[in-house]
Amino acid sequence: MRWVVDNVDVLASRTFAHLAIALPAIALSVLLAVPLGWLAERFRWLRSPLLTGSGLLYAIPSLPLFVVLPLVIGTGVRDPLNIVIALTLYGLALMVPSVADALRTLDSRVLDSANALGYGPVRRFFTVDLPLAGPTLLAGVRVVSVSTISLVTVGAVLGVPSLGLLFTDGFQRGIIAEVVAGIVLTVLLALLLDRLLVLVGRVVLPWTHQPSRPAGAAA
Amino acid sequence: MIEFENVAKHYPDGTVAVADFSARLPAHTTTVLVGSSGCGKTTLLRMVNRMVDPTSGRVLIDGEDVAAQDPVKLRRRIGYVMQHAGLLPHRKVIDNIATVPMLNGVSRADAHSRALDLMDLVGLDPKLAKRYPSQLSGGQQQRVGVARGLASDPNILLMDEPFGAVDPLVRRDLQQELLRVQSELGKTIVFVTHDIDEALLLGDQIIILAQGGEVAQRGTGTEILTTPADAFVSQFLGIDHGGRALHPQSSSTGATILVDGYGRAAGILSGALPGHTTGTQP
Repeated sequence: MRWVVDNVDVLASRTFAHLAIALPAIALSVLLAVPLGWLAERFRWLRSPLLTGSGLLYAIPSLPLFVVLPLVIGTGVRDPLNIVIALTLYGLALMVPSVADALRTLDSRVLDSANALGYGPVRRFFTVDLPLAGPTLLAGVRVVSVSTISLVTVGAVLGVPSLGLLFTDGFQRGIIAEVVAGIVLTVLLALLLDRLLVLVGRVVLPWTHQPSRPAGAAA
Repeated sequence: MIEFENVAKHYPDGTVAVADFSARLPAHTTTVLVGSSGCGKTTLLRMVNRMVDPTSGRVLIDGEDVAAQDPVKLRRRIGYVMQHAGLLPHRKVIDNIATVPMLNGVSRADAHSRALDLMDLVGLDPKLAKRYPSQLSGGQQQRVGVARGLASDPNILLMDEPFGAVDPLVRRDLQQELLRVQSELGKTIVFVTHDIDEALLLGDQIIILAQGGEVAQRGTGTEILTTPADAFVSQFLGIDHGGRALHPQSSSTGATILVDGYGRAAGILSGALPGHTTGTQP
């Protein structure tokens, strides 16, 4: 505990560095997964390459990916950008199938009705399809968020700052409190972000949180 | 006025939904397309707002071929009410009703005030405006569907089995409500149903369809009931087994009841039978 109190500034800066990698990776994977998932759902011939391809991404072990990626994109090994890109790829592996699924399982009667009302294709996608896919997408984003927060720590092995650096540093110097602090903070961060996403969902998807058929709704 | 000129709809797999259909649907009246499933009635309805394009033939609205019009713009000026209401589950009742005016660029405030008027017109409590569709009963959802179909004040209202999914009591209510609304608004309504009683109640003109959009008979309810064109129509009407032929019969309570060919009580006679006098028994 003493170690924690003495090193609050270190913990804060590690937490900040951790978020600086995790949040862009989560945001990027979600933003990129929407068009890719749409393509997979829209064009049958693209479905299998996109879905299998994104699944395979997840099979690549993270450490080798962190090492190889800089060689491919020409950044330094310790550049946090590598980790952001690698984690975006993992996020895509989870999110692309989730988007494709969400779009495929939309109620076709509702979409048909939207067409009949006179929605053009672009407007329909953004104001009908996407919001209705919201609950499924949110479930996907929550998984990506937890998984990304945890995977960021692997970058510590290469010396990229994050909460993971607390484990590696703690192990090397034999400071158990530092290791424990790293683990606890990582878990807390993941839980916190998950709660936040649920709250955002309540605000953005209000219709999913209404009591259905309150008393007096008969006939 | 809506005209169908020799329209046909063939699907690539060889299915013929409609073989060759022509009809003239006068403005400000209700035309009911009635038939069993597979008769092509919904296909024909959906040709009017280009949800389906005919393989051959033309559909004209006031003399203009719909094929020459942009489908999205065309749909925004034609009301559409479908079975299960087809409401957008993520939008409140008032926003559902205001959808088409807002697509047409009407301001949110104007569209909402118009939506509230329409809720009143179709008999919906304005307190329901802020609810989501899942919080309404089936009958209420259907009313919202009708209000939404009327929101942009279209000349034409397409109704695809709009009352098919609600229970009989509510359905009767909704039918009466539609008759009342129509007597006020005088829209050109195309109404699709498989329920002949609904067709007889609502239709100024009734078109009975056999398989593939073949017209079995067209006319007013009275014409069809009194002179059914063939055995198919008789069967459809339930005439063939005497289902529509009512005979007066005295009941134990003294009232005259009407009994159909199955011997079921179909109604109570009010007033005197022509050629009979009541009350003075010899």
